[in-house]
Amino acid sequence: MTVSEGSAAIPLLSVRKLTKHFGSFAACSGIDLDIAPGEIHALLGENGAGKSTFVKMLFGILDPTEGDILWNGERVAIRSPGTARTLGIGMVFQHFSLFEALTVAENIALSLDPKIPLAKIAEEASTLSKAYGLPLDPKAHVADLSVGERQRIEIVRALLQNPKLIILDEPTSVLTPQEADKLFETLFQLRAEGRSVLYISHRLEEVQRICDGATVLRHGRVTGRCDPKRETAASLARMMVGSEVAAVSRDTSAALGDVRIEVAGLNADARTPFAISLRDINLKVRAGEVLAIAGVAGNGQGELFDALSGEYPVTSNEAISIRGRPVGRLGINARRLLGAGFVPEERHGHAAVSALPLSDNLLLARSRSDRKAFLGGGALGVIRHNAVRAATRRICEAMDVRKSGEDPVAGALSGGNLQKFIVGRELDRQPAVLVVNQPTWGVDAGAASRIRQALVDLARAGSAVVVISQDLDEIFEVATNIAVISEGRLSASYPAGEMSRERIGLLMGGVHDSTQPGAVHAH
Amino acid sequence: MLEAILLTVITAATPLVIAALGELVTERAGVLNLGVEGMMIMGAVMAFGATQVTGSPYVGILAGIAAGAVFSLLFGILTLTLVANQVATGLALTILGLGLSGQIGESFVGQPGIKLQPLPIPFLSDIPLLGPLLFRQDLIFYLSVVLVVGIHWFLFRSRTGLKVRAIGDNHASAHALGINVIRARYFAVMFGGACAGLAGAQLSLVYTPQWVENMTAGRGWIALALVVFASWRPLRVLAGGYLFGAVTIGQLHAQALGIGIPSQFLSALPYVATIVVLIIISHNRRTTLINTPASLGKPFVPER
Repeated sequence: MTVSEGSAAIPLLSVRKLTKHFGSFAACSGIDLDIAPGEIHALLGENGAGKSTFVKMLFGILDPTEGDILWNGERVAIRSPGTARTLGIGMVFQHFSLFEALTVAENIALSLDPKIPLAKIAEEASTLSKAYGLPLDPKAHVADLSVGERQRIEIVRALLQNPKLIILDEPTSVLTPQEADKLFETLFQLRAEGRSVLYISHRLEEVQRICDGATVLRHGRVTGRCDPKRETAASLARMMVGSEVAAVSRDTSAALGDVRIEVAGLNADARTPFAISLRDINLKVRAGEVLAIAGVAGNGQGELFDALSGEYPVTSNEAISIRGRPVGRLGINARRLLGAGFVPEERHGHAAVSALPLSDNLLLARSRSDRKAFLGGGALGVIRHNAVRAATRRICEAMDVRKSGEDPVAGALSGGNLQKFIVGRELDRQPAVLVVNQPTWGVDAGAASRIRQALVDLARAGSAVVVISQDLDEIFEVATNIAVISEGRLSASYPAGEMSRERIGLLMGGVHDSTQPGAVHAH
Repeated sequence: MLEAILLTVITAATPLVIAALGELVTERAGVLNLGVEGMMIMGAVMAFGATQVTGSPYVGILAGIAAGAVFSLLFGILTLTLVANQVATGLALTILGLGLSGQIGESFVGQPGIKLQPLPIPFLSDIPLLGPLLFRQDLIFYLSVVLVVGIHWFLFRSRTGLKVRAIGDNHASAHALGINVIRARYFAVMFGGACAGLAGAQLSLVYTPQWVENMTAGRGWIALALVVFASWRPLRVLAGGYLFGAVTIGQLHAQALGIGIPSQFLSALPYVATIVVLIIISHNRRTTLINTPASLGKPFVPER
């Protein structure tokens, strides 16, 4: 680590006993942290560990309830992002704080001195972005850019203010491995210039690769401080999660049955200017198989899910078939009646109505497929509340859904518990085909492991399962076969044992093999 | 004859353009104020009253602007500080404005008003046709032209205007950048109110210099439609305002000539035109998304 004389004793940033309460809930309690000049410091923690709350206090978006922030040894009150920037703190947000309707230059101008003319900003942004290997067109509208390009805007915007400390919140969650490598080079360049970086992540291998020091958070408290290069991934994970996470057990030798869901030559045009068109998608999933579809966010995963589930039927009826029947033009309920189940990505507002109780959410999803069980009175469709409640109880027990009260509203459950319920809602029907999109996005490790195990068990019981996921760990845990989606095209699928992270990374970046369907099926 | 008709078109279009420009700025900041009709009629009655008391229509103009701004401040407090529903509050503002103005203006009914006199611009007003149309007009007309150009420049060339567009696109991000969203929205709402008040003053001082209850006759709603028609761009407000103004006047002439089109048909035309334009522009989703303020009508509560 490079420490210049004089500054050795005084860290660039020191945080002492920083605490934030939301009502009675302590998002952060008594956090201590030091960052030296020229250090890349990791802030590790699971979703909900309090990382985002912590950095929002550093950047003046949230007011701390208690505690001190020291900048170059002096106590400072950071009341607004403006103050933070004046001190020399720059921030790259996890959920981009960009304005889609504005151009790149306009977006950057908003965080700079209003006296600098727009033309000069555009020019500087262009020069700086080239110097750090992050090419950008200042005149482009953000709405037209990819996620990777959007992140570059955030980084360039932070760099233009010549910050001493740059905070990056989960920067690689939207990048391909190759794009991430480029980002790391930029970070090393910044460190060489004597700037410090606070790197927030839950990806252990990255942290071990690039960070000089790490602070681990769990439930809003510091549970460990270490040099990540001297730790193992397992010991870091223990600090993050608190206990060893149960590994998903699976049986790879099982023979596969008949084809349950098949897609042949599927094309679907983008519905909105920001959506992706699907081009010539081919896939086959057999009974007993888990096909995992990897890819960086925004490469057509949502669109593929919509086509498979029938949320947006496609033009060719023959392009998709479930259990041998063409279903391309059928809607979601008709496909459910054929024995398929679907779990979309967004928990709130898509998979579940947050304001309704779990039993109503169950009924909404299955009122057609389980009409006989849940509805009485013939055409009147009178709700059989007892049957619905019993099924809700059954699902919650099967999936270990932790909730307060008998039948709380969906919005009252934590992300992990609601996700367990939503997946359990489909598993309860023993579907012949299950398609899930990002099944464990933003849920805690315990719930994620429970859900993955349930998916593997379902396949073992003889169903065909399609898992669309951005999480490579998850993909390797559950998959029998792996395919990669990139820019609306799906690669051929390969047995999980033959795939490596590097190879998936290449496919994610759009390096397609010319081998089309048929490359699979070597079991 | 042509000159006379065109003059009436301009007079009919001016209040639409001014009210729509004000609402455009409000909506660009992400606030939907459906109370334009209410703010306009308050402007009309206060402008008329102040003119009667002081004898000066210029004092009347100021009173109209102030009335609209104060009335919109009420909307601002309810929706921005107390986070009430914008649609419901806007509708309430219109109903309140119509009722309150009737009450205030009760004694003004039947009084002869004082018309705001034209201010001819030397030399330019002598140009045939164009001179009388564009350069022998009253102050409010000149203001409307200045406002169109000024607001276009403000929104698309100035840094403050960029902030306004940013707030309307994504108020959470704007807040994260340190922009004071609520304060900026107060200014935008009050600017919209002031414009609506000025538009109302034009009605009771220029268009028909007298006070009649409900004299805005739905112009506030046309102004609201005009903002959408113009896809939130000031220069298109000018074009659309004159189109809608021409339709209004055409309707009167059609009646006078005894052309057998029911007048309801023609009064519905601005709204039909707005729907047609909406259908046309929604075909190109990209341009729609770039021009439509994405956080329009959504309440903003900063976490602290």
